[in-house]
Amino acid sequence: MSRTGKIKILLAKPGLDGHDVGAKVVARALIDAGFDVRYTGLRQSPEDIAVAARDFEADVIALSILSGSHTPICRRLKVMIDEYQLSDCLWIVGGNIPAEDHQSLRQIGVDAVYNTSTSLSDIVAAIKEKTIGYAK
Amino acid sequence: MVMQNNTDDDRRYNESGIEILPLYTQEEVAASKVSGADDDDIGNPGQYPFTRGIHKEMYRKRPWTMRQYTGFGNAEDTNERFKYLINTGNTGLNVAFDLPTQCGFDSDDDMAKGEVGRVGMAIDTLADMEIAFDGIDIQNVTVSLTINGTAAIMIAMYLVMAEKRGFDLKGLRGTCQNDILKEFVGRGTWIYPVEPSVRLVADTIEYCAKNVPLYSPVSVCGYHIRESGATPSEEIAHAFCIAKAYLDEGLKRGMEIDEFAYRMSFNFNIFGQFFEQICKFRAGRRLWARILKKQYGAKNAKSMWLRMIAGGGGSGLTIEQPENNIVRGAYYALISALSGAQTIALCCYDEAYTIPTQKAQRLSLRTMQILIEEMGLTDTVDPLAGSYYVETLTNQMETEIIRIMDEVDKRGGIVKLIGDGEIQSHVSRGAYQHQKQLESGEFRKVGVNCYQVEEDDQVVEMHPYKIEDAEKQEKRLAKIKQQRDQASVDMALEKLGTAAAGTDNIMPYLVEAVKVYATVGEMNQVLTAVFGRYREPDIFKDSTNVAAE
Repeated sequence: MSRTGKIKILLAKPGLDGHDVGAKVVARALIDAGFDVRYTGLRQSPEDIAVAARDFEADVIALSILSGSHTPICRRLKVMIDEYQLSDCLWIVGGNIPAEDHQSLRQIGVDAVYNTSTSLSDIVAAIKEKTIGYAK
Repeated sequence: MVMQNNTDDDRRYNESGIEILPLYTQEEVAASKVSGADDDDIGNPGQYPFTRGIHKEMYRKRPWTMRQYTGFGNAEDTNERFKYLINTGNTGLNVAFDLPTQCGFDSDDDMAKGEVGRVGMAIDTLADMEIAFDGIDIQNVTVSLTINGTAAIMIAMYLVMAEKRGFDLKGLRGTCQNDILKEFVGRGTWIYPVEPSVRLVADTIEYCAKNVPLYSPVSVCGYHIRESGATPSEEIAHAFCIAKAYLDEGLKRGMEIDEFAYRMSFNFNIFGQFFEQICKFRAGRRLWARILKKQYGAKNAKSMWLRMIAGGGGSGLTIEQPENNIVRGAYYALISALSGAQTIALCCYDEAYTIPTQKAQRLSLRTMQILIEEMGLTDTVDPLAGSYYVETLTNQMETEIIRIMDEVDKRGGIVKLIGDGEIQSHVSRGAYQHQKQLESGEFRKVGVNCYQVEEDDQVVEMHPYKIEDAEKQEKRLAKIKQQRDQASVDMALEKLGTAAAGTDNIMPYLVEAVKVYATVGEMNQVLTAVFGRYREPDIFKDSTNVAAE
C-alpha cells in the first residue's frame, strides 16, 4: 500500500447502532475536503475497527455513535488501540454524546468529541489542524 | 392562467422540487391533472380513489390511534411503562426493542455488551414477551412491533404469547414493522443478504394471511428513507416500490392479491413543510389505490387502502432550543390529523437528546388530545379538500412520485438498486446536500442557523441507563436455558435449519422453536448459517475519493 500524501481517516460505526446518516454525511464532507476516507459500514467490533485502522494505515480513527453506548465502546476500543499499537492515531468521536460524558471519553483517550450539532466545516477544520504533519 | 409575478430570485420550491406559486386558482388545479388518470381525482371519503380518506366518516367515528413509541430496559420496565401509557390515554402500543434483539444477538452475547436494554426492551425468549404484555389487553390496545431483522422471530413469539394468553389468532390485530428492504437504506438492522431477507418477509405475509388474517405483518416505511435524506416525494415513491416488491413476492407464492394486500400497512414521516406533507399523503393515498386497482387488479377496496401510521418527525427536531420542538411537534400532529392517518406516534421534544422521559411522552399525547378535544379536528373529514393550492399540489406530488417510481423501475427495480447500494448512495447524497444548505443558511432552521441564543448547558433530563437491568436480563436468560428441555430446543433448531435451506415457509418452524424457549440468538445463528450475512456495498463510488491501493 502506497501513501497518497492525503490524511487517511478510518470512519467506523461501532456496536449495533444503525444510525448512519451522520457518518455518511461526514464521510462525504471529509472526502470533499481532500481526505482519504475509508468507511467501515455498520456493526464493527472494537477488534474489527483496530484491524481496519492498521490495514488502512489510518492517521485518524473516527467513530460515530448515537446509541448512547459511547463510554463502554470507547473503553473496549482503547484496549484494542493499545494492542494494535495505534495510539499515534488521532482518535475522534461524534454523535449523540451528552456534555457530561465528554470529559470521561477524553480520559479514556479520545482526542476530540463532536456533537450532532457540530458543523461539517468545524469538523473538517479541526481535523486539518490536529493532523498537521501526520501524512507521511 | 393568473399572472405570476415571479422574478428569478423570488422563485420558491418545496423539498420535492415543485415550484410553489404565490397564488393558486382553479386553472392550476385543472392544468396539474395527473396524466392518464381516468377516475374522479378527489371523490368522496371512503370511495375509490380515496384521496379524501379511506373511511367515509374518518375521525368523526373514531379518532386516530395514539401509539407512542416506547420500550427500554427489560420486559418488566417496559410492561410498567406500557401500563402508564395506557392509563394516560394511549390507544395502541408501539414497541421499541434494544439493538441486540433487533440484530439477533442474545443479551449474553459479546456483541450485546453495553447495548442490552439501552434503546429498547431486551427480548431473548418467549418468557420476556410474556412478561412485557402481562396484564395488557392486546386485543383492544393493539400492539405494533418495531422490528425488522428479526421480525419473523418476533412475530412468532408474539403469536405464541397471544395464543397462550387465550386470544384467538383469527381475530388478533396488530402490526409488525418487518420492512427489511428499507433497513438497507436507513435504520440499519439488517442481518441476512437481500434475497433471503425478502423471502422471510414473504414467509410472514403468507403465514399471517392464512393463520392470523387480521394481523398486519408488514408496515412499509418511507419514514426511515426520509430520515436518511430522501425528499417527501422520494419517501413515498421508494416505499411504494418496496411495497410492490413484497406484493410481487406474495403473488409468486400463489396467493391472490385480495387475499393479502389488505393487510399491507405503511409508516410515513411528518416533518417538513406543512402543505407539502399533507399533499404527499393525499397524493400517496390516491396513487396507492390506483396502483392496486390498475396494476394488480385488486377488487376488494380494502386492498387499495393506504392504511398508515404517520408520525415521528425526529429529524425535524433540533438539539438547539429544545423547547421549540414542542411547537414543532404540535404542527406535525396537525399535519397528521389533516392527512387522514389511521395512527399517529408523535415525536417527543427531548428525543434529539435521549429516550423520551415519561413527561415528554405525556406532552406528545396531550398535543394530540388537544387537537381532538379542543380544536375540532375530528369533526369533519379532509377539511382542506377543494383548496386550489392543496388539490394542485396533491396532483403535482402524485405526478412526481410516479416519475420517481418509473425511474427506479427503468434502472432495474428497487430490489436490485438497494442490493447495489444505489438508493443508499442517492439518499445519503441528499442528506449531505441538506446539511450543506443548513450550514450555508439556504435552508432555514429556527434556533440552528437563525434566531440562535446563548443556551444553558442542560435543559433536558436524560434517560438513565440502568446496568442492573442488563444484568437481570442475563440472569433470566441463564435461568431459562437451565430450565428448558434442551433436547426439544436442539430438535426445533435443527428442523428450522432444514426449512431455511429448503423452500418451506419458515414461520411454523420458528413458532415451534419459540414454544420450547429457543433464544433469538440461537434462531438467528441457525438462519445466518444458511443465509449468510449482508455486506454493505460501497456507496461513495460517486464521490471524489481515490483510495490508496
